[in-house]
Amino acid sequence: MLEPDLAGSPLWAYVLVVVGGLATYFWRALGVALSGRVDASSRLFEWVACVAYALLAGLIARMVILPNGPLAETASADRIGGAVVALAIFFLTRRNIGLGVAAGAGALVLMTLGRGQL
Amino acid sequence: MTAGKTPTPESDSNPRPPRYASSRAAAFAGLRDSVGVPMLVLGASYLGFGSLVHGAGLDVWLGLFSTFTGWALPGQIVVIELYSLGGAIFVVAAAVGMTNARLLPMTVALMPYLRAPGTPRWRYYLFSHFVAVTAWAAAMRVCPSLPERQRLPYFAGFGTALWSMCLVTTAAGFYLAGELPGAVTLGLVFLNPIYFMLVFVADARHRARILALAIGALLGPPLHLVSADWGLLITGLLAGSLAFATDLLLPRRRKESGNA
Repeated sequence: MLEPDLAGSPLWAYVLVVVGGLATYFWRALGVALSGRVDASSRLFEWVACVAYALLAGLIARMVILPNGPLAETASADRIGGAVVALAIFFLTRRNIGLGVAAGAGALVLMTLGRGQL
Repeated sequence: MTAGKTPTPESDSNPRPPRYASSRAAAFAGLRDSVGVPMLVLGASYLGFGSLVHGAGLDVWLGLFSTFTGWALPGQIVVIELYSLGGAIFVVAAAVGMTNARLLPMTVALMPYLRAPGTPRWRYYLFSHFVAVTAWAAAMRVCPSLPERQRLPYFAGFGTALWSMCLVTTAAGFYLAGELPGAVTLGLVFLNPIYFMLVFVADARHRARILALAIGALLGPPLHLVSADWGLLITGLLAGSLAFATDLLLPRRRKESGNA
């Protein structure tokens, strides 16, 4: 196995990106191959969608609550506050994603600066 | 809207669905249509992705390579996050596979609106690489109204422009993360989770998916603490299946409302 030597090295990241790219393109190619033969609104695909939504919601919640990388330096309350501001602006502006995202990220920056960090 | 109304010679009874002079014109129309809010928001998210790559201690080429080959942001973020956590190759393949399995039904749904007689099959396989939420949604909206021969060119033009722009913003985000003050960089890195949170809230129309989002968000952080390696996979399978089953067991609602 290559893993013990490579794991953690920057080259390893390229291996993982290739793996991720293949795992992504696989579905697109399969979709082209199967089109006309399967029903895109079947129960199986609804379950698939549920798994994808749950996985991403779990990832997003984890990135906000337990981040790694630079966000780990910010206060949890600020990140959660930023997410709440984003949701509030999103709904107040008739579901405008662009404004919600800008407000949420801006709120995190301001709250972090307000704490005198960085 | 122009102030002075010039009467158009061919008064189209249905002005919304445009038809183009040629396949080439359709490709350019797709290119043009991609410039706007979708490109702005997606471009900003890739700005965030570039800074995420920077934050993970990787180089700009890895970010570009990921956007070039992956081209579906959630899966790209999963790869970077799992790399940072030292995830094994199988875990990465499975997590990205589960994240992006939605591309299969999306492609199946879109293909009938892209097919035209006489098109070589490899072109469908080539341009299927552009199947990701933004270009897919635009093609689902516009392509059915186009003549068959203009559909794939429109989608290809739209996807090419969007993809190119996101390669540029991936690099821009990477370098900005190194140059801007620390707090602003944090804002860029924060764009990704916030963007996807809002995209999913905006998109949550089916009860099963709303349940999946809620249960996934609740289980994600604790399961991550149980296992940094497997937490994400287990969250997806467990919370997704739970949501799917709950939706089946609860009585069907007559009309699904758009409120999350």
